[in-house]
Amino acid sequence: MAIPVAYNLRNLWARKASTTLTALGIALVAWVFIFTLALAGGFEAALRTTGSPDNAIVIRRGGTAELTSILTREEANVIVAQPEVARGSDGAPLASPELVVVININRKTGTPTNVVVRGVSPKALALRPDARIVRGRMFRPGLDEIVVGSLIAERFQSADLGDRLRFSGRTWTVTGILEAKGSSYDSEIWGDAELLMQVFDRPVYQSVTMRLDDRAAFGALRKRLESDPRLSAQVKREDVFYSEQSGTLAALIRTLGLFLAVVMALGAVFGALNTMYAAVASRTKEIGTLLALGFSRGAILASFLFESVVLASFGGLIGCALALPVNGITTGTMNFNNFSEIAFRFQVTPGMLAAGVLFAALMGVVGGFFPARKAATRPIIEALREA
Amino acid sequence: MKFLRLIAVNLLRAKRRTTLTVFSIAVALFLFCTLRTVLTSFDAAVRASDAARLVVRHSASLVFPLPLSYRDRLAQVQGVTGVSWANWFGGIYQDPKNQFAQFAIDAPSYLDLYPELLVPEDQKRTFLSERTACLAGRGLVQKYGWKIGQQVPIQGTIYPGEWRFTLRGIYEGKTADVDENTLYFHWKYLNESLPPVRQSQVGIYILRLASPDLATPVSRTVDAMFENNVQPTRTETEKAFQLSFIAMMGNIQLLMSLLGSAIVFAIVLVTLNTMMMAARERIPEIAVLKTLGFSDRLILTLVAGEALLVSLLGGAIGTGIAAIVFRKADFTLGGFIPNFRVLPETVGLGLLLAAVMGILSGIVPAIQAARLEIAGALRKVV
Repeated sequence: MAIPVAYNLRNLWARKASTTLTALGIALVAWVFIFTLALAGGFEAALRTTGSPDNAIVIRRGGTAELTSILTREEANVIVAQPEVARGSDGAPLASPELVVVININRKTGTPTNVVVRGVSPKALALRPDARIVRGRMFRPGLDEIVVGSLIAERFQSADLGDRLRFSGRTWTVTGILEAKGSSYDSEIWGDAELLMQVFDRPVYQSVTMRLDDRAAFGALRKRLESDPRLSAQVKREDVFYSEQSGTLAALIRTLGLFLAVVMALGAVFGALNTMYAAVASRTKEIGTLLALGFSRGAILASFLFESVVLASFGGLIGCALALPVNGITTGTMNFNNFSEIAFRFQVTPGMLAAGVLFAALMGVVGGFFPARKAATRPIIEALREA
Repeated sequence: MKFLRLIAVNLLRAKRRTTLTVFSIAVALFLFCTLRTVLTSFDAAVRASDAARLVVRHSASLVFPLPLSYRDRLAQVQGVTGVSWANWFGGIYQDPKNQFAQFAIDAPSYLDLYPELLVPEDQKRTFLSERTACLAGRGLVQKYGWKIGQQVPIQGTIYPGEWRFTLRGIYEGKTADVDENTLYFHWKYLNESLPPVRQSQVGIYILRLASPDLATPVSRTVDAMFENNVQPTRTETEKAFQLSFIAMMGNIQLLMSLLGSAIVFAIVLVTLNTMMMAARERIPEIAVLKTLGFSDRLILTLVAGEALLVSLLGGAIGTGIAAIVFRKADFTLGGFIPNFRVLPETVGLGLLLAAVMGILSGIVPAIQAARLEIAGALRKVV
């Protein structure tokens, strides 16, 4: 027969101070665990949600990011003319040869940071169904007008709708705010490719993004373009291209976070062991009584283990509660591939919260097992005799 | 001090508890040192920068090159005693995961401007005289097991193609803050290998000043000089230049501090709990000590001293492990932080933190013990 659950709960309640301190310690560990997962998850999501499998992106062979790629106008013309490229209602190919550069502008806090400026062609928005102008209007080609990503508008000086932003010797009017569902376009400035080429004195493109008529035609397109002697190109699905970009940094954040959480958990387990050992020691007589009443040793082991897991899970839940406010906070970091800042929001998912509680419960199991075993293996007579 | 033995005996009485507490504090301090070292390592380049050096880049951003023709005009600016330049190469050695910096430099002037890069004289001579030679930091050479004279193939990303350099020299940093994980090769070689449209382009210029006081006027003069050119410049001190990289990393500083405080706070809670339990168990003993004539103050000192000793022991273990592990292991965080090294200040700060943790967790039980009423407490003994 199992020992009633109420016995454990009352015991936890009876040692309020000790229970609270241990639970809070474990709560902080769970918080660190969830926090770092949310950080890595948010960063990854920003790049993962960028791009669609229906689109292909072409950059120069050997380049790892748009920034280090160069495609000449001639190359861009060849790429755009491929038969797999879908056509818009006007009959023109749904493709956008783009210029990608990085400029240094001031955050609202005053610190200068690198930001991606994308010179796009008229089809750029049609190609990217997730990206749309939520306020204002698209820039007009040929004029000193730009649209900015919503996170740029939020975080940078004079970058909101109607503001005038100065870079590269010109003053640009922000005519629209671009929103792209948390993808990396939210951290970009878009302008007219032709005009930006003149302004930056760079008569080459960095990439061509195009919509495919048929998703399955990607293989054929890729084969033809990559073997075309006129080009030095590599072709990727757009979504694959962007999620590859997140690889190193997200993995790094995750590894660092996991390392912190695991080492920290080790420290908390030492604490939990202490608490549970003390709990067992102070209840020696009770344990003896339970044994004398006929509860099995297994039941006692299970009971103490249960108590420890309840304590730790309680801590885990507090950790979740502490982690929830982190959700949605915007932060930014350097995206090394493009040498520019990418802003993203912390993403606390139900899965992460569950993982946090599970992690805490695991600490409870590890921290409770040895004391529970000690409790269960006490000889009855000896236990009853103790003070 | 004669009571140190008493404290030690008390600690040894509950060996398991003492050990567990010491370890949990050691873990906290280990993590504290790790996080702080991430921050101090980011700053290494800032500490290594020289106040008498300026960096000139394109005003739009580092991505845009400057023309080589600026060199002579920069050299003529009053107060400038040396000009050198470098291009970020951004290549890949064998695998994209092997991240380290490569710069194409105008070697003679660069080594003259950066006396903190120590190269043996004979190696320097061969490096300077050979077009395809390269110079690598001690850290890199150790990491990849390179030997002088061997070929180092680098896959270009900004400058396409495979580039083969011959390792002719190994440099060491004059101070520990100087990065020893960079590869330098000749800008001339890079330039001659490029198509004509990409030739004669410079990533950044470095200026040496006659005195650090000239930083502001010289920066102004330089930027004014090129203001109306197609490639306007932005000139700043080397320190400001390096700081801007850290600023670009975003809120890392804040995140690290946040995580660090959570860790320390968690362990304080855990330790406080243990200390309170330990004191509670010993109520009868303390009562006996008081009966024997131990003053309240002495009891306070004994209980608090116990907590302090445990914390310091844990702190010493934690910081010690951090200092040793990160020196032995080649820990560069995937190449993001080349100079990952626990500074002596970090160790000192860690020990101080351990002491504070000890006092914080010991003070409550110590006061409780000191305030203990003898009669009531002794009754429990019987």
